[in-house]
Amino acid sequence: MPTQIKLVLFWAIVVAPLSWGVYHTVLNALKLFS
Amino acid sequence: MSALSILDREKTVAPAGFNRWLVPPAALCIHLCIGEVYAFSVFNLPLIKLIGLTKSAPGDWSLADVGWIFSVAILFLGLAAAFTGSWLDRAGPRKAMTASALCFGGGFIVGSFGVSLHNLPLLFLGYGVLGGCGLGLGYISPVRTLITWFPDRPGMATGLAIMGFGGGAMIASPLSVLLMHHYATPTDLGVAPTFITMGVIYAVFMLIGAAIVRVPAPGWRPAGYVPAAISSRLITSNNVDVGTAVRTPQFYLLWAVLFLNVTAGIGVLSQASPMIQEMFKGTVTPVTAAGFVGLLSLFNMAGRFVWASASDKIGRKATYFIFFLLGLLLYASVPTIARAGSVAGFVLCYGLILSMYGGGFATIPAYLKDLFGTKNVGAIHGRLLTAWAAAGVLGPVLVDYIRQYQISNGVDKADAYSVTMYIMAGLLALGAVCNYLVTPVANRFHDVSAAPAE
Repeated sequence: MPTQIKLVLFWAIVVAPLSWGVYHTVLNALKLFS
Repeated sequence: MSALSILDREKTVAPAGFNRWLVPPAALCIHLCIGEVYAFSVFNLPLIKLIGLTKSAPGDWSLADVGWIFSVAILFLGLAAAFTGSWLDRAGPRKAMTASALCFGGGFIVGSFGVSLHNLPLLFLGYGVLGGCGLGLGYISPVRTLITWFPDRPGMATGLAIMGFGGGAMIASPLSVLLMHHYATPTDLGVAPTFITMGVIYAVFMLIGAAIVRVPAPGWRPAGYVPAAISSRLITSNNVDVGTAVRTPQFYLLWAVLFLNVTAGIGVLSQASPMIQEMFKGTVTPVTAAGFVGLLSLFNMAGRFVWASASDKIGRKATYFIFFLLGLLLYASVPTIARAGSVAGFVLCYGLILSMYGGGFATIPAYLKDLFGTKNVGAIHGRLLTAWAAAGVLGPVLVDYIRQYQISNGVDKADAYSVTMYIMAGLLALGAVCNYLVTPVANRFHDVSAAPAE
């Protein structure tokens, strides 16, 4: 597999769940100032 | 036996031309999973209502009993890291990560039996002991691997891996709630199947990390990288053996530095929700307090990457001085800010404090590498993590005890935290002194048989 594709794939594996977690955290945190 | 040989260090050596940016995702696969431990409190309330379902019934576990699961897991993290650190360095990251995945995933599965059978010792044994060993096995190896891949930016490398540990809670918290909601029935809160599902998901995710991890070939250096002439007296080009390192004053000073920084942060982190509600009574509700806790997690995670990366530029000692002196000022200001009724100021203060709490974890491996060299940094880091285990048990107890003492002596709940803040500021002042006393490791401790550190 070409390195560029591996880079995108490997980083996507970790960035996707982390983004999901950050999204929920920010959504929750916004309640503090609403 | 031959099938297991794919786990050997020799089988993970990267070929020539390998892109080192393929390795951080492997480290993050592990740390994003084991960081779940910070979100374990999500299970506290369901675990004390397993029999009563809507509220605690006779025979249900108490919150105090359940609260110890987190402390036991952190304790075994420290013990596993301390006792297996040397083995982890020899065995290589793939074997270590696989062992970690099996222990951490297995801990959830054994813990699920404890929940199903309503057997607390089994839950302690599963999540606390087995899971805690998985935490310890998985924590060091990715950090050590990234340090060897990024000799030009060790702070950034360790920050990247340990940032995942902070981020893990942000994934685990909504995931746990989602799964419990999915599995809940009128007669069951869905905790046991949630444990099984999470155990399997985490084990698979961590095994992906183990499969893609690589170590550099001996003597490998990043293209165009020339080790700089030593820019600080604190950065050594030699190596110190782990058995020798624990006989140096520098090891104990750094132990104290980590212990004091973690104690000051973890105590507050464990009480964040009730603290903001009691200090801003009538203004902050339980729902908004949960938002505050989430915001602290974000600062905690971001601080790990930002501060550790900054330490590559300004030096580790200077970075810890900022943690201790700025932290001291912030802690000392919190009671005044709370009395002024400024929620935004309070949140900002604690956000900065928690960023430095995370930064302390992420910068310590690079500090160790500077002082003791790269060769045994994993094993030395493992021994140093006993400071985290000690702080993980003592910090929350200290904050809770001081608060209870204040309240029982007639102090209003809103003011009961003020003394705690001043004590935390005192701990940070002590940390600054320990950091000041850190000097280069004496030449007699250097391992003359080892190749110089890169």
